[in-house]
Amino acid sequence: MITVASAASAAYIVAALLFILALDGLSKHETAKVGNTYGIAGMTLALGATIALAIDRDIEGSGLALLVVAMVIGAAIGLWRARVVEMTGMPELIALLHSFVGLAAVLVGWNGYLSVEDDPHGAEAAHLDSLSTLGIHHAEVFIGVFVGAVTFTGSIIAFLKLSARMKSKPLVLPGKNLLNLGALVVFVGLTVWFVIQPQLWLLVVVTLLALALGLHLVASIGGGDMPVVVSMLNSYSGWAAAASGFLLENDLLIVTGALVGSSGAYLSYIMCQAMNRSFLSVIAGGFGIEAGPSAESDLGSHRETTVAEVADLLSAASSVVIAPGYGMAVAQAQYGVADLTRALRDKGVEVRFAIHPVAGRLPGHMNVLLAEAKVPYDIVLEMDEINDEFAATDVVLVIGANDTVNPAAAEDPGSPIAGMPVLRVWEAADVVVLKRSMASGYAGVPNPLFYRDNTGMLFGDAKDQVAAVIGGLR
Amino acid sequence: MRVGVVKEAAVGEARVAATPATVGQLRKLGYDVVIDPGAGERAGFADETYAEAGAELGDALEADIVLGVDALAADQLDRLHAGATMVGILAPRIHPELVEDLAQRPITALALDAAPRISRAQSLDVLSSMANIAGYRAVVEAAHAFGRFFTGQVTAAGKVPPAKVLVCGAGVAGLAAIGTAVSLGAIVRATDPRPEVADQVRSLGGEYLSIEDPEAEVSATGYAKEMGEDYKAREVQLYAEQTQDVDIIITTALIPGRPAPRLITGDMVATMRRGSVIVDMAAANGGNVEGSVAGEVVVTDGGVTIIGYTDLAGRLPAQASQLYGTNLVNLMTLLTPGKDGQLVIDEDDVVQRSILVVRDGESRWPPPPVQVSAAPAPTADKPLPEPRPEKQPLTPTRRLVGALGVAVVLFVLLALSPEALTVHLTVFALAIVIGYYVIRNVHHALHTPLMSVTNAISGIIVVGALLQIGQRNTAITVVSFAAILLASINVFGGFAVTRRMLGMFARS
Repeated sequence: MITVASAASAAYIVAALLFILALDGLSKHETAKVGNTYGIAGMTLALGATIALAIDRDIEGSGLALLVVAMVIGAAIGLWRARVVEMTGMPELIALLHSFVGLAAVLVGWNGYLSVEDDPHGAEAAHLDSLSTLGIHHAEVFIGVFVGAVTFTGSIIAFLKLSARMKSKPLVLPGKNLLNLGALVVFVGLTVWFVIQPQLWLLVVVTLLALALGLHLVASIGGGDMPVVVSMLNSYSGWAAAASGFLLENDLLIVTGALVGSSGAYLSYIMCQAMNRSFLSVIAGGFGIEAGPSAESDLGSHRETTVAEVADLLSAASSVVIAPGYGMAVAQAQYGVADLTRALRDKGVEVRFAIHPVAGRLPGHMNVLLAEAKVPYDIVLEMDEINDEFAATDVVLVIGANDTVNPAAAEDPGSPIAGMPVLRVWEAADVVVLKRSMASGYAGVPNPLFYRDNTGMLFGDAKDQVAAVIGGLR
Repeated sequence: MRVGVVKEAAVGEARVAATPATVGQLRKLGYDVVIDPGAGERAGFADETYAEAGAELGDALEADIVLGVDALAADQLDRLHAGATMVGILAPRIHPELVEDLAQRPITALALDAAPRISRAQSLDVLSSMANIAGYRAVVEAAHAFGRFFTGQVTAAGKVPPAKVLVCGAGVAGLAAIGTAVSLGAIVRATDPRPEVADQVRSLGGEYLSIEDPEAEVSATGYAKEMGEDYKAREVQLYAEQTQDVDIIITTALIPGRPAPRLITGDMVATMRRGSVIVDMAAANGGNVEGSVAGEVVVTDGGVTIIGYTDLAGRLPAQASQLYGTNLVNLMTLLTPGKDGQLVIDEDDVVQRSILVVRDGESRWPPPPVQVSAAPAPTADKPLPEPRPEKQPLTPTRRLVGALGVAVVLFVLLALSPEALTVHLTVFALAIVIGYYVIRNVHHALHTPLMSVTNAISGIIVVGALLQIGQRNTAITVVSFAAILLASINVFGGFAVTRRMLGMFARS
């Protein structure tokens, strides 16, 4: 016999499978759109089932109305933001969305407290007591609120840093690692206390503690590590959802949360590998602080080139590789770069893009920007695909990238970024670096690439300079 | 200001200080260029081509800045007007009398060949650019005088062994000679007291013969130094062995400010096969080879040809003029910071100070010594940061132990948890594994859409709030309302933005 409850459970399982299909679909360009549709279908199914379940549980009329109102407002805001966001602003948007999940998890956790712990003689408490999971519930509330709150403030800080409303320099408090560790220890202690004696003030304290921890955790990480931070927060938001799932005994939330959590964790792992750093060292922050032993050494002189020379170089080339970095996003130069690509391809020049895994401030940031500017994705290659091709390339155009093309990583074992996989652009016959000035990159490490004989520096705003180069093409 | 390009006074000098191309570059720096008629004739540049490039034909000595290859002759110097600047290869270390003479005149003199060997000055290092040409030409001269092929061949008319070439000194000239000889097909060996050049020799296809020396030093000036007695004994032995084996010897050993070291003695030359060729590129400074005569070709009684040309670079006048002209343009770029045709000499700049011989009639020679880094900087006095220890890949045993350890911990935790929870934990654990495997294959380019989709999906937390709202508790309802609103932004915003992004990815 199908009841609303059993139908909802069935719908949840189907929705969970649809989410798995969605993630699987997103692994390839060809199936990505279908994957997104699977995700939407799964979400629709889950929401429909949940609303039916809520109605079945005698939701108040006013409650239902509020539910609809909240969803409509939320949907309107979400769709509006999604429509107007600039592709260069994607990192900020995603960080902000993470914070919403975090905050929602905190709220759900608090609700869990209000409905059970705050009402020890109510129906739900009695039900849990009969299953002897009341203590577990206490812990779940606590953990859910903690993870959610860390995600919330962490994402807010990430958002502020990414949108340049806050300096992206890492905040360095004395003993910051001890602070983080101490917060965790205190959290464990409070959890035990709360399980034994669920009191409101404990929940308030842990909420504040977690908010502070999230704040400090991300504030002490610098701008260039943002790809790791964003994917790490993605992971946290998943774990927060999973924690809520335990709290509500809802398998759909658990499955979805775990999927998102582990996928985010894996993404963070890939990003860390791309920087040859351990996850812990990213969290511990401080990249560039110990940097600079080789800063004073004489690297020689750089050669400044002109727009006309670059245009000549590109016109005469038969293969060109463009290596973009965060600077391209900042200068909004992706459209110009795409025009340049088309112009060169029309002339029969083979143009390809080399994307370092941590280029930009978000995993895959460059790809999205180039896609926005209608650069075909099959000429956009990742580091491992293109690194062996540089030696046979005539001209490499480095646009707003620095640390990801630094030969010191490969050649100078004393460099702070030694061992980090980088794009070996210097193997090409000619390298042109578009940059605003000779300043060091995020890691604060001088870049010997700029001083090589086959490197020409083209200073100025990437957008203007690219436009000028297009104008100069023969 | 006006830049003058003189016709070289020396009879054997075929080079010229500017080519039509560099005239254009000088004009871009804001200078007017005047050139002596016929100045480029011997280098293959006609007057008309200079005129086309924007040069004026006239008396170069009347210009404000006079560019030459060699030092101007005395009568030319007399005609310079007061305050003029002259630039050339003056060799002030070898010709102190020239420096004295210049200091008597109200002019400024720059010796391009005195540029320090630092990276920043590479673009105007005329010694390197000329040595490069000379090294090439030395091989060509040797090949000309050598009665055989350089490359080995097996033909219907018999087998030809490849020529064996020994290059003494692997500086710029030596390396150029190695590269040229290798490309002609010869077997090339090279010696050099600086062990750090071994890789450079190998990179050009040569074999580096080490004169093993426990006290091998990294030279601080970028040039080789004279070596100790013990070392010399080994060196003599090595050369004695090699001269009996090789067909061609090219010597390039020079020590600044001293006569060239004698590497090959008359006895060694006598052991060489008849028909062998020696090119002594140091002949002008006394020669590396006993019996070589500067500027002459000598054939010994044993039938060995010793070439002592001192103008090897000048024997490729068009090429040499082009490179020298470019060195001069790079110098003028350095001296014309405003690109406005105004020459400014900054004595605080170590490069400019080093080449400054005379300023407004005052001798500035010799310049303070410059510590250069032709070799990797000495590492002893600057502690390198410890290279991070390589991560040991886990051995299978360790991995197994680790996995077992995790399994035991998990087992204990799960066994302690109440039954109601284990079902959820099962689901949780499996979902983590699935998430990991699904994501593993994601294409890098799709990371951003993936994140926004997972973002939307994690908005599923709305389900929790949906079940909490309107359950007869005002506080809970209010909080749930907020949670639903937030999570909805996520769900709708996340999916919509993913759609938008994916719509942009297009194949070519």
